[in-house]
Amino acid sequence: MSTYNFEEIFESKLAKNEMIEPKDWMPENYRKHLIRQISQHAHSEIVGMLPEGNWITRAPSLRSKIVLLAKVQDEGGHGLYLYTAAESLGISRDEMLDALHTSKAKYSSIFNYPTLTWADVAAIGWLVDGAAIMNQVMLQRTSYGPYSRAMIRICKEESFHQRQGYEAMTRLAFGTPKQKEMAQDALNRFWFPTLMMFGPPDKESPNSDNAVKWRIKRETNDELRQRFVNQTVSQIEYLGLQLPDAKIKWNEAKNGYDFSEPNWVEFKNVINGNGPCNKERLNARVSAHKNGEWVRAAATAYAKKLENETIAA
Amino acid sequence: MSDSQGPMWEVFVQKKSGQPFVHCGNLHAFDKEMALQNARDLYTRRMEGVAIWVVKSEHIVASSPDDQGSFFEPANDKIFRHPTFYQVPDAIKHM
Repeated sequence: MSTYNFEEIFESKLAKNEMIEPKDWMPENYRKHLIRQISQHAHSEIVGMLPEGNWITRAPSLRSKIVLLAKVQDEGGHGLYLYTAAESLGISRDEMLDALHTSKAKYSSIFNYPTLTWADVAAIGWLVDGAAIMNQVMLQRTSYGPYSRAMIRICKEESFHQRQGYEAMTRLAFGTPKQKEMAQDALNRFWFPTLMMFGPPDKESPNSDNAVKWRIKRETNDELRQRFVNQTVSQIEYLGLQLPDAKIKWNEAKNGYDFSEPNWVEFKNVINGNGPCNKERLNARVSAHKNGEWVRAAATAYAKKLENETIAA
Repeated sequence: MSDSQGPMWEVFVQKKSGQPFVHCGNLHAFDKEMALQNARDLYTRRMEGVAIWVVKSEHIVASSPDDQGSFFEPANDKIFRHPTFYQVPDAIKHM
């Protein structure tokens, strides 16, 4: 009889870049960390449908309307992939939904900002999905198999999201002076909230340390944020818009741009429920769940009836 | 795992006819028909397949990673199951 050292097996798998699968032994904190991260990621996809859904009926053309519908449908799908990935860790869908509806679980702070104009929808596709992709490309190589597989699928679908946003932004930026102004205003309002999406600075990030050690994340919040800024500045310049931060400046020494830190007090406030749209978003989710109750009850009854018919036959 | 969203189902998609069905993920649905429709909406929005299988997750029987060693060990020392184990005279082509 040999005795296994489970922790050693787990560590050696990580060291060899092997994936951890649902039935593998894993430290309790690894499981907890993943449940928190994946469920919050799922909630973000679902809540993220709301700010854009707000514009489906008012999209400026039939083309932009079908594109937006397809994008919002994708976000719903991404939420579903992620929920089932989290469920493989032993938490039920109901528990996760309950945590969202009672504010025990968080979702990305960005979706607590309003979409005031059509340019905001463009800015979300370009900037918010751009930032999300940066994070998600990294997560394709995360150490937990089901999460990694969900991310690979999501990344495949996501690149159209950013491109359609940038295309819509281009139309506004090269349109009438009024449209260009609208584009600038959306950029100015969404810039810092987008930078916040990568999470608090490394020196203050409570969850980063283990996440990197366990290869759940492979890059830190600050590294991803820096890469996003480096990539986005030239996209802003192409649009002929003004940089939303006067401190953005190329720094040869670090081979990247310097830029201002987002307002982390605002970030904490929004995360803790006091952003411009927190209440509205949560109410929309809770009422959608409540209003769907009769559908779930009917579907359950129908499934039971089918089962009984099969047994009787 | 069954909850207010209905039981969990596993989804297998065949990319092209003649190819194997490959597991691509899972979903919740209340009955077979709904599982199939949800699978189409969730996993084939971009022509990812030409056919789908769905099966309730509780019907999947899986090997355990803890037994991986002993479970697959019998195949370890049977190199004679591979064609390269055998010597074929140089004069014989195409075998």
